Amino acid sequence: MSTYANYPTGEPVVDTKAPEGPVGERWDKRRFEAKLVNPANRRKHTVIVVGTGLAGGSAGATLAEQGYHVVQFCYQDSPRRAHSIAAQGGINAAKNYRNDGDSVHRLFYDTVKGGDFRARESNVHRLAQISVEIIDQCVAQGVPFAREYGGLLDTRSFGGVQVSRTFYARGQTGQQLLLGAYQALSRQIAAGNVEMHPRTEMLDLIVVDGKARGIVARDLVTGRVDTYFADAVVLASGGYGNVFYLSTNAMNSNATAIWRAHRRGAYFANPCFTQIHPTCIPRTGDHQSKLTLMSESLRNDGRIWVPKAKGDDRPANRIPEDERDYYLERIYPSFGNLVPRDIASRAAKNVCDEGRGVGPGGQGVYLDFADAIERMGRKAVEAKYGNLFDMYQRITDEDPYQVPMRIYPAVHYTMGGLWVDYDLQTTVPGLFAIGEANFSDHGANRLGASALMQGLADGYFVLPATINDYLARHPHHDEIDAEHPVVQEVLAETGDRLNLLLAVDGDRTPDSFHREVGELMWEFCGMARTDSGLRKALERIPQIREEFWRRIKVPGTGEEFNQSLEKANRVVDYLELAELMCLDALHRAESCGGHFREESQTPDGEAARRDDEFGYAAAWEFTGTGDAPVLHKEDLVFEYVHPTQRSYA
Amino acid sequence: MKLTLRVWRQKNADAEGAMSTYQVDRISSDMSFLEMLDTLNEELILNGEDPVAFDHDCREGICGACSLVINGDAHGPERTTTCQLHMRSFEDGDTIDIEPWRASAFPVIKDLVVDRSAFDRIIQAGGYVTAPTGAAPEAHATPVPKPDADFAFEHAECIGCGACVAACPNGAAMLFTSAKVNHLNVLPQGAPERETRVLDMVGQMDAEGFGGCTLAGECATACPKGIPLVSITGMNKEWLRATRKAGKR
Repeated sequence: MSTYANYPTGEPVVDTKAPEGPVGERWDKRRFEAKLVNPANRRKHTVIVVGTGLAGGSAGATLAEQGYHVVQFCYQDSPRRAHSIAAQGGINAAKNYRNDGDSVHRLFYDTVKGGDFRARESNVHRLAQISVEIIDQCVAQGVPFAREYGGLLDTRSFGGVQVSRTFYARGQTGQQLLLGAYQALSRQIAAGNVEMHPRTEMLDLIVVDGKARGIVARDLVTGRVDTYFADAVVLASGGYGNVFYLSTNAMNSNATAIWRAHRRGAYFANPCFTQIHPTCIPRTGDHQSKLTLMSESLRNDGRIWVPKAKGDDRPANRIPEDERDYYLERIYPSFGNLVPRDIASRAAKNVCDEGRGVGPGGQGVYLDFADAIERMGRKAVEAKYGNLFDMYQRITDEDPYQVPMRIYPAVHYTMGGLWVDYDLQTTVPGLFAIGEANFSDHGANRLGASALMQGLADGYFVLPATINDYLARHPHHDEIDAEHPVVQEVLAETGDRLNLLLAVDGDRTPDSFHREVGELMWEFCGMARTDSGLRKALERIPQIREEFWRRIKVPGTGEEFNQSLEKANRVVDYLELAELMCLDALHRAESCGGHFREESQTPDGEAARRDDEFGYAAAWEFTGTGDAPVLHKEDLVFEYVHPTQRSYA
Repeated sequence: MKLTLRVWRQKNADAEGAMSTYQVDRISSDMSFLEMLDTLNEELILNGEDPVAFDHDCREGICGACSLVINGDAHGPERTTTCQLHMRSFEDGDTIDIEPWRASAFPVIKDLVVDRSAFDRIIQAGGYVTAPTGAAPEAHATPVPKPDADFAFEHAECIGCGACVAACPNGAAMLFTSAKVNHLNVLPQGAPERETRVLDMVGQMDAEGFGGCTLAGECATACPKGIPLVSITGMNKEWLRATRKAGKR
């Protein structure tokens, strides 16, 4: 631990791809300056895409439409099941259909501010520009967005903004957008332009002569570990929220693809920027395997409150109005229940820490629709949120039309990820990262309905424009020989790791280790972090890792469908990534967005940034398991949105 | 709760399968059905036995991965996905039968895991709108009447889990296929490919070895997303229309 925390600081990392000039012209300029690949030459290029969520699915489809040969992977049995499918609330776009003062610049401004001034201006502006094209694209694909009686698209409000720019498809926006991308991808699979490998998981990256040239992947049905080669590799494998064991991520969402890429040279940026979503269903006991999100859109009409008095255990409807504390409306009168996620989560934690939480263990707050039902009528509430209410009732056995929902924050999204430049290229040439897998657009806190926007912006529009430049500059790669010593080495390392997992034959299951490291992270690297807590975690993680390799038990063999082996191999990577997250959180002795250091707060308990010292993105270079990584700083320059203390009061 | 589980165990696609009996104890009624199976698997691993393989991922009822036949019903006794089923739907002391989807077009991979790639191939045959990236007109250029948009959405809700096939006495995939046909064919964006879509998707569905439809209606009863049985009627109309039109050409 003492050595790990004594990290050296290396050369700054610089984004060389973002053009100079007015921020609104940079994307046009970059697209013009980027080299193109002649359409006839595109089919000679193979691009590997790992993941089929909004980013991967849209990228695979679009690259194939452009004429590239795409080889695509997902661990699920079908590309349609990627976890983007679970996104409920909506997708932002600066269409200004409401004539309510929205614009590209306002979406840009809201996103930089919402991210607490830890994102790159040029990237965020591009995202806001592209947002309008995404809606057009999805409508053309037949995505059934909610519409008004005149046949035009409906929108709603989301946290952290004061305009109505969120497009949605009831509470299943992610599902509908993903099916749009999946269907576009399916068209390309049928056309023979995409070679799809479902139930196949990337286990390592192949880097030859300093360039990403392929991956090692395991067929989850037969257990066969194989190599796949390409001229460029795109990681669209999602975030790493499952480090915490309990999160709203899918059970099998994992960090292996990005962590293995990090081990092969890709810098990992801002790993401590994780988002705790304020509105999730509280856990019921130790058996809990995952947490379920209740869409943030519920905060449009639901009112959040706890009893004013500590330990008030009367049922909600017996607590009179003047004994309730609608704390968000009280503390943040102008944004009320629609403050950004990090602020809403922390406020919930604070009232629960004060002993005013509700439900089992006092780990919950009320989200109450009584006023909305009275104002709009039950039918209107049903039309807007029906499926969410049903889901809540199924899980909790309580009827939210009758009693207020109980909610509590849970790990939901990771803003950190592989460091990428304006072209979305990592520090390994030829390796790109898109969607939640990269760190680029959300700074220290992501606004609601912006993940879908970023995933699709990266996949449909950004990557297909920027990857040309790389492929054009590296036109005729030699065929990679499967017997190449580097390839053989990566393959052997993967095989050895799997064999070792099977050979230990200890007395603890993969889940027991995952749960242990997850609980540690939630306690010390969760909603509030301290120097001493993080140091404790950094001391404990290597011990868990050591114990893992002594006591892990994985039944069966590697040459078969073996879900325990899959799980154990993912836990190996969590046990390393967790350490980097804690180090990043320890080194960033400021509070910003989702990263709240107790030592750095304003007198009224809000996150206090320290721009002079920490106005940078922290990109970490791997040096070895348990060895201190090297910190590379990317200075963030704000020319258009000047950093201020965020105020939602 | 204390339960007796009778679970289908099958080592791989080629092996013979059989029901095996397990006892589980200390099951809380707040657990989800899959968390109950997690509990069983943790015990099996520690006893050095092979845990029960089953597909699952989001555990929020939306990805469509989970796929268990519970006491003879696809997704069990409640109208929901397996992952959203909770143990409060069962009684202490119950014996519960757990089997994979049973359909010749969904071969078993291991234990409770089946191969549903036939569904992907049905979508690949025509379950899309040809709209290459970048070629889209402004979203408001074509208003869509709200009833049509709502109709499209209700069919687009299909999660591709395959419960309809598992529930059907004929192993038919009509409800799955019709949901996508109805979703896209009602929209103006889907209109240009309206005929080829239904003909190609139905053709692929037949080629995959799904059974014929006798309108038994089990599919719509098992569907966790409530895709209505009339969806099939809608597809038949589309198919007839397309067939006639093709005949005239």
